[in-house]
Amino acid sequence: MSIKAEHLNYVYSPGTAYEIPALKDMNLEILDGQFVGLIGHTGSGKSTLVQHLNGLIRATSGHLYFNGEDIYQEGYPMRKLRSQVGLVFQYPEHQLFEVDVLSDVCFGPLNQGLSREEAKKRAKEALRMTGLGEEYYSRSPFELSGGQKRRAAIAGVLAMEPQVLILDEPTAGLDPKGRDEILDQIRMLHEEKHITIVLVSHSMEDVAKYVERIIVMNQGEAVFDGPPRQVFRHYQELEQMGLAAPQVTYIMHGLKAKGLEVDENATTIQEARDTILQAFRKE
Amino acid sequence: MIKDITLGQYYPADSVLHKLDPRVKLVATLVFIASLFLVKSWVGYGAATLFLVLVIRLSRVPFSFMVRGLRAIIMLLMITVVFNLFLTPGERVLVRFWKLTITDEGLRTAMFMAVRLIYLIIGSSVMTLTTTPNDLTDGMERLMGPLKKLRVPVHEVAMMMSIALRFIPILMEETDKIMKAQIARGADFESGNLIQKAKSLVPLLVPLFISAFRRANDLAMAMEARCYHGGEGRTKMKPLYYEGRDYRAYAALLLYLAVIIGIRVLGNYVRIL
Repeated sequence: MSIKAEHLNYVYSPGTAYEIPALKDMNLEILDGQFVGLIGHTGSGKSTLVQHLNGLIRATSGHLYFNGEDIYQEGYPMRKLRSQVGLVFQYPEHQLFEVDVLSDVCFGPLNQGLSREEAKKRAKEALRMTGLGEEYYSRSPFELSGGQKRRAAIAGVLAMEPQVLILDEPTAGLDPKGRDEILDQIRMLHEEKHITIVLVSHSMEDVAKYVERIIVMNQGEAVFDGPPRQVFRHYQELEQMGLAAPQVTYIMHGLKAKGLEVDENATTIQEARDTILQAFRKE
Repeated sequence: MIKDITLGQYYPADSVLHKLDPRVKLVATLVFIASLFLVKSWVGYGAATLFLVLVIRLSRVPFSFMVRGLRAIIMLLMITVVFNLFLTPGERVLVRFWKLTITDEGLRTAMFMAVRLIYLIIGSSVMTLTTTPNDLTDGMERLMGPLKKLRVPVHEVAMMMSIALRFIPILMEETDKIMKAQIARGADFESGNLIQKAKSLVPLLVPLFISAFRRANDLAMAMEARCYHGGEGRTKMKPLYYEGRDYRAYAALLLYLAVIIGIRVLGNYVRIL
């Protein structure tokens, strides 16, 4: 099972003075169970791309295959696709509307046509995975804190039990603690449920620690695609796109330039510490 | 889907009319509308037509945009024409069949009414097409300035208008976003009967209202933080000043008004006018 895009093009407001190409000839394949980071500067087309993946926007031209089937063919069940490819929007807490947290999380499963009991069961499981305990079930979603609201909203998508979970900037506007908690929970989710996860972000720092593959987007095109170590090697090009590699990358390159024998491809603080210690031991 | 609705129909172009002070355009529109009700003869309408054609030429806005506004009043136009055509009593009967008669007078009134309505819409379209909504409220605020003496909260009304105008695109975008988010959660806004459709709007409307209140709150806070306290003693970033072209425009307008009044007055003495 996979998502595969072939020559995907998308143009905003075609035929008018405000025409903007948002995606240019995108080709990519996301394999089952992958944990992918989609990175790009504001306006690079990453949000547009992820809205294609669950059929919310239809490409101007090109093909998109989900599990080998072309989703643009006549009669393709879009609603089923949307429950299989869960999309958590930016600031998802803005979509909360129900009187209590549990009913809000039930909204998705009920739309899938599940019974009330089944929906509740799924909602409770989803809330457990996002770290919201029983004491929150009957509280109004509007009296939760920012981080808790976001968890509730993510649970709302998770309760639909998608095979692919896409999160558009899930940490935007959260404090460092809230950010780490959400990202840790997403990683746990990936390990526990083995679902495919696409994490959209503009922060390399966030993503480097968690994902196994990074796709860098710039002006509607995928410019780099590979494991973090490989992508961060292009840190100078990334800078020109308004992105930055993790701080560790800069330190390692700096140390190397000063003549210390370290592995400059280290991407996390752990790896950096190990390779620095190793280098000193050698000397 | 929702972005196709356009409100405020400003058409950007580089023309004298676009550069004119919004006050001139507001006054000119009012004068033009008044003139349409002043004239009673073909010569008078000829003068109004000439003026309108000239202004449209100057605006550099495609004519098709001007006529767009007419679509909204097409029914009203038809009814006006039909009623005036058949129900105006007159001396010379042109056509008579069954109980309906078309008189000389009726034909005349019907045509004049139609022309009046059409010119009225086109005339005000020229203004809204060449003036941004913000300029328009600015101009209105200045023009209604004297009303402040009568304790009319002119500045507040103008401020509310510009804020409302500013919020329309923001709320449209927000609606689009929330709609997509709920569709991603399996919401269905299209199928079902009327009651189901109304019910399906709840997941859209609740977040939208909350967001509107939140934004209003934030804006009020931001305005207070910058010491906003109403219009008293407030200066403008782009104050309105009359320039040479504005005076020339006023002169042209005065000339037009004089011609219209002249035709009307002379009409009492000379039969053909």
